Amino acid sequence: MKLLTLNFLTCARRTCKTSPSSFPLHPREAELEILESELNLVFLRNILPRLMWSELRGIGEELGLPSLPESPPSREDLVTKPSPAKPSSVTEPSSVEEEGGEGEEVPSQTAKDLHRLLLETTIKEGKLVCGNCGHEYAVKEGVANFLLPGHLV
Amino acid sequence: MASSSSERGSDYEATHVHAVYEDIASHFSSTRYKPWPIVDRFLKALPDGSIGADIGCGNGKYLAVNPHVFIVGSDRSSNLIKIARQHHPHAAIVADNLSLPHPQHSLDFAISIAVIHHLSTPGRRVEAVKCVLEVLRRPSSEEAQDGGKALIYVWALEQKESRRGWDEGHEQDVMVPWVMKGGGEKRKEKGQRKKGNEALTERQEPAEQPKDKTFLRYYHLYRKGELEHDIEEAGGTVVEAGYEKDNWWAVATLK
Ligand SMILES: [Zn+2]
Repeated sequence: MKLLTLNFLTCARRTCKTSPSSFPLHPREAELEILESELNLVFLRNILPRLMWSELRGIGEELGLPSLPESPPSREDLVTKPSPAKPSSVTEPSSVEEEGGEGEEVPSQTAKDLHRLLLETTIKEGKLVCGNCGHEYAVKEGVANFLLPGHLV
Repeated sequence: MASSSSERGSDYEATHVHAVYEDIASHFSSTRYKPWPIVDRFLKALPDGSIGADIGCGNGKYLAVNPHVFIVGSDRSSNLIKIARQHHPHAAIVADNLSLPHPQHSLDFAISIAVIHHLSTPGRRVEAVKCVLEVLRRPSSEEAQDGGKALIYVWALEQKESRRGWDEGHEQDVMVPWVMKGGGEKRKEKGQRKKGNEALTERQEPAEQPKDKTFLRYYHLYRKGELEHDIEEAGGTVVEAGYEKDNWWAVATLK
């Protein structure tokens, strides 16, 4: 399960949802796996305002991942600054730089790190624990299971 | 014909819906690849970067429609979720429509495609719609139209042109067979069957021939106006509704 998913998950028990301590769920005994995928700059930029940054930082810490900066990156932080300021002249032969064609933006290291953390870092095995009720949801073969036992429904 | 309403509920659905999908997952999935036009249109019209849920996502066929949004697909069947999780950039989890693990009022959209009709009592259907609506963002003000939107799609009673031929006046609670042809690689061998699967019946084919297996799933067929009624009952507002090829659909927001 991609770590990004945790940004949109809480405890499945109705009584927990109104309690702030049920978000985010806490990974425990997690075995992580990197599943590489193509970086999509536009996608990253679009989801940026939806990230609960301090919660994600906390999750990263709990998983022992390199710590995230205190404040979230800005949209501009996701692209590399155009190296030497581009001349406005249109006659300049396009010196094909990187894989970027004309006008194509190049993801910055920040974007790459964010992509790695949110979309490529996955929980393969482990548990997700509710901070409110303590219920543990199992993650097996990369799939988190939120079905509740009958007495908790 | 389905049992009487008093016998239905969560145990009934466990046998006559959940267990069946778990067993037919891969075969079911191989037949489910073409998105319905209304759903396709709804998903493609979402602003880039929208965040949503596909509640009862099955094999995840709608996760493939728009890669510019992020969808958390959920389904009760872990066998279907194993298939659904291949769709990037989305996510897939095992969860129950009535106990969804999403923070309340956090998402831009939700879709519920061919799911609510599997809930076996009127109360549970309204509750299921309520759970779908509950994940949606509230509008920014009372007059604003900017709240999250849900697309709900259910099987219609009125479908006299279809292979099933149901129409107005027919019993609405029905058992619908799913036939898995014998001999195919999708076929499960006898003895691998999970216990407690009373929905399964077998038909004996001529000797030496592999047997077909027929699975029965419970459906509540929606009559005209009933989906809108359930949405209102669940605290939603219908903003658009219609009929598409044997199904009733509606787009709803929170009141
Ligand atoms: Zn909880």
